[in-house]
Amino acid sequence: MAQAESTTTGITLWKTAKDFAAKKAVLLVLALLVIVTGIAQPNFLSYDNLINILMITSVYVIIALGEGAILITKGTDLSAGRVVGLTACVAASMLQRSDYVIIALGEGAILITKGTDLSAGRVVGLTACVAASMLQRSDYASRIFPDFPAMPLIAPIVIAIVVGLIVGLINGGIVAWLKVPPFIATLGTMTIAYGAVSLYVDRPPHGASPIGGLRDDFTNVANGAIPIAGNVRLPYIIIIATVVLLLMWVILNRTRLGKNIYAIGANPDAAEVSGVNVNKTLIVVYIIAGALYGLAGSLQAARQGSATNNLGYGWELDAISACVIGGVSTTGGIGTVGGMLTGVLMLTFMNNALVFLNVSPYWQNVVKGIIIVSAVAVDIRKYLKKR
Amino acid sequence: MAASDYILEMNNISKSFPGVKALDGVSLKVKPGTVHALMGENGAGKSTLMKCLFGIYGIDEGEVILNGAPVKFEDAKDALKAGISMIHQELLPIPYRSVMENVWLGRYPVTGFGPFKFVNNKKMLQDTKAIFEELQMEIDPTTWVVNLSVSKIQSMEIAKAVSFKSKIIIMDEPTSSLTENEVGHLFRIIKKLRAEGVAIIYISHRMEEILKIADEVSIMRDGKSVGTYPAAELTTDIIINKMVGRDMSNRFPPRGNVPSDEVVLKVEDFTSPDPKSFKNVSFDLRKGEILGVSGLVGAQRTELMETIFGLRPLAGGKLWVNGKEETIASPTQAIRRKMALLTEERRATGIFGILTVSDNVLAANWKSYVSRIRLLDLKRCDKDVRKSIDMLRVKTPSGKAFMQNLSGGNQQKVIFSRWLLTEPEILILDEPTRGIDVGAKYEIYTIIADLAKRGKSIIMISSELPEILGMSDRIMVMCEGRMTGILEGASASQEEIMRLSTQFM
Repeated sequence: MAQAESTTTGITLWKTAKDFAAKKAVLLVLALLVIVTGIAQPNFLSYDNLINILMITSVYVIIALGEGAILITKGTDLSAGRVVGLTACVAASMLQRSDYVIIALGEGAILITKGTDLSAGRVVGLTACVAASMLQRSDYASRIFPDFPAMPLIAPIVIAIVVGLIVGLINGGIVAWLKVPPFIATLGTMTIAYGAVSLYVDRPPHGASPIGGLRDDFTNVANGAIPIAGNVRLPYIIIIATVVLLLMWVILNRTRLGKNIYAIGANPDAAEVSGVNVNKTLIVVYIIAGALYGLAGSLQAARQGSATNNLGYGWELDAISACVIGGVSTTGGIGTVGGMLTGVLMLTFMNNALVFLNVSPYWQNVVKGIIIVSAVAVDIRKYLKKR
Repeated sequence: MAASDYILEMNNISKSFPGVKALDGVSLKVKPGTVHALMGENGAGKSTLMKCLFGIYGIDEGEVILNGAPVKFEDAKDALKAGISMIHQELLPIPYRSVMENVWLGRYPVTGFGPFKFVNNKKMLQDTKAIFEELQMEIDPTTWVVNLSVSKIQSMEIAKAVSFKSKIIIMDEPTSSLTENEVGHLFRIIKKLRAEGVAIIYISHRMEEILKIADEVSIMRDGKSVGTYPAAELTTDIIINKMVGRDMSNRFPPRGNVPSDEVVLKVEDFTSPDPKSFKNVSFDLRKGEILGVSGLVGAQRTELMETIFGLRPLAGGKLWVNGKEETIASPTQAIRRKMALLTEERRATGIFGILTVSDNVLAANWKSYVSRIRLLDLKRCDKDVRKSIDMLRVKTPSGKAFMQNLSGGNQQKVIFSRWLLTEPEILILDEPTRGIDVGAKYEIYTIIADLAKRGKSIIMISSELPEILGMSDRIMVMCEGRMTGILEGASASQEEIMRLSTQFM
């Protein structure tokens, strides 16, 4: 009797493990990466390395833990040390690309409505150049607008957001009113945005050269931090990303707009019958996304201290990848802010680990591609069974 | 008669779907070289039986004997190979390909050697032409299908069946979108096929057609066989009687609503921009009344109601809500005027399967839960969802369950809850009990009766005559997009409704 019971328990455990492996294949791949990285490069897990990152980005560790908890707590295979390693890397990568979280959020909202936005990357580039062009130091030799008066810091950032917002409005209009599939509509505006930014930066006598020499108060927005104690400090860019995350969470979970966004993604016809203004909702979603790209563009320009017409190239695909890995369904109606954040963390963490392992960037792309496809292939199983 | 005299025998076929027994011991025996009509009300199980024969559905019980040997088809391909073709109610050719490519789809004649095979267009053209000539069809095999009329597409499908050398051809409502001339042409083709020994299983509602073309008639009712009769012995009245006769005791709750004289909705001369749809429909709906809308498939009842609700464009006509003339161009406007529409296609236009029950209940009514700071009052949402679930006795673990995991009846109750939250005065219910098991049906009837008792006005489209008769104060009958009569529910009979439903057929 007792033996029979233990056999049953064994089977149950095995089943649970198999279930887990099927559901969280992406996580297992990442765990493997952490272990391999840790063994191959002990420095990766060294106290100095970890504590340094943790001190710089303590707040983000908390966020990463909060978001990652759902995924990581199921991972009984992961030892505590490895978890610290994972979250430390995650935090480090977040610091680098918190603007990227913002892009992913915009893209995610659109994906929920069964749409897609290929113009994201180019809009980021466009708005980065717009913001940068107005914030060059007055003593910088090759200013794009030599006679541009000094303006308050906020103005160019707002203008960049408005530019993104307008592109979003155009995207939404094409999708909602002209009924052009989002893939095609944003493929078009992506191309247009690139053309527009190239025209914008191509000014005699300098030609299409990078916009550099940005004002210190501007670059400080992305690179500065509030000192807390000793080495502990809180970077502004992380505060901004957190505010945006919270705002998006509120929109998707606590507003009528958010509920309508999910309804349209789940069944547009039923949404219409239920009195949802489908066109208006779609346009608003694209506008929000566009504004977020504008904010991200400004932050990116500030972070790297310059902007070129090629900035943001391919970022839309990274953002889509992150969302999809985070469980946002490309068939619409499914996806959470937490999932989007997780997807971003997954991708950036993976890149960092691969760098630590001295893997060539070419191989990094191969691995990234495999992870994206595997994540969706596993995720889609949940829905295939029901037919 | 010896068993071998039949080309096809279906014996004691049963088929269940979750919660419904669609077929219950149905038998059908078809002789070669005959036209065998299959008749029954909507939902009697005709299409299900044919889908079982064609391998689209599996069979729970019973056997299929083809040419004296038992067969079992895994899919439509098996059935086609065995010499059975089906011309569907909704034809599904590939529009932007040529006629001949559609006919030979998946089995193009090829030339070549080894792995190098090429489609032999010349042979395909010749073969197609030969079939068309034999059947006296005038269709250019190289033209795109999208350029053909419905009747030509149907001819093409028949040619395809012939190209398979089919010995049994199933035609499901083949004349529903044909003109009189085209029907004549179809009948000539059918007679030619019959003379060559092909058996035709012919599903139709049109009595006169059946009596003209059929040799034998099998009648089904509520998923059961009623019997098979030589067409020569039948009249329209006999067929109707056999199709509808059934026990009706205790299937409906007592209603207890008292319709007043106050007209809440008045529709005058409603005409669709689509010439094949409804025209010049006028009716009114009184407060506290249940108005049943009856008719056969293609009567355009759904189209009419969706137009009233602002989902479809209107070509002409006027509408009054509570005595005030209104134009309703979108569901939002209809909802604002206290109207609700429970759609016919629950899956396609009703439920949000991947969302929670709670989100489904609240979908039409988030507006009422927006607080002063523009956020949703989730506590009040939760409370109302729980109240709705309890009130209509929706069987769900909680509001957080996913809609797609509920049974059809419970999904329907959730959609009722959604509309009840908007506090509507006029409810349009399009086939409210379709695909719902008997027990849940009774509960839905109770909900409807209760609403009417509380002074709500209800329009109920239903294709089930007993339901119409058991629930309606008045009955509006439609046929081919026109209103053919309004009957008093208490005195109406199934036969009378059936006659009005087929008035223009």
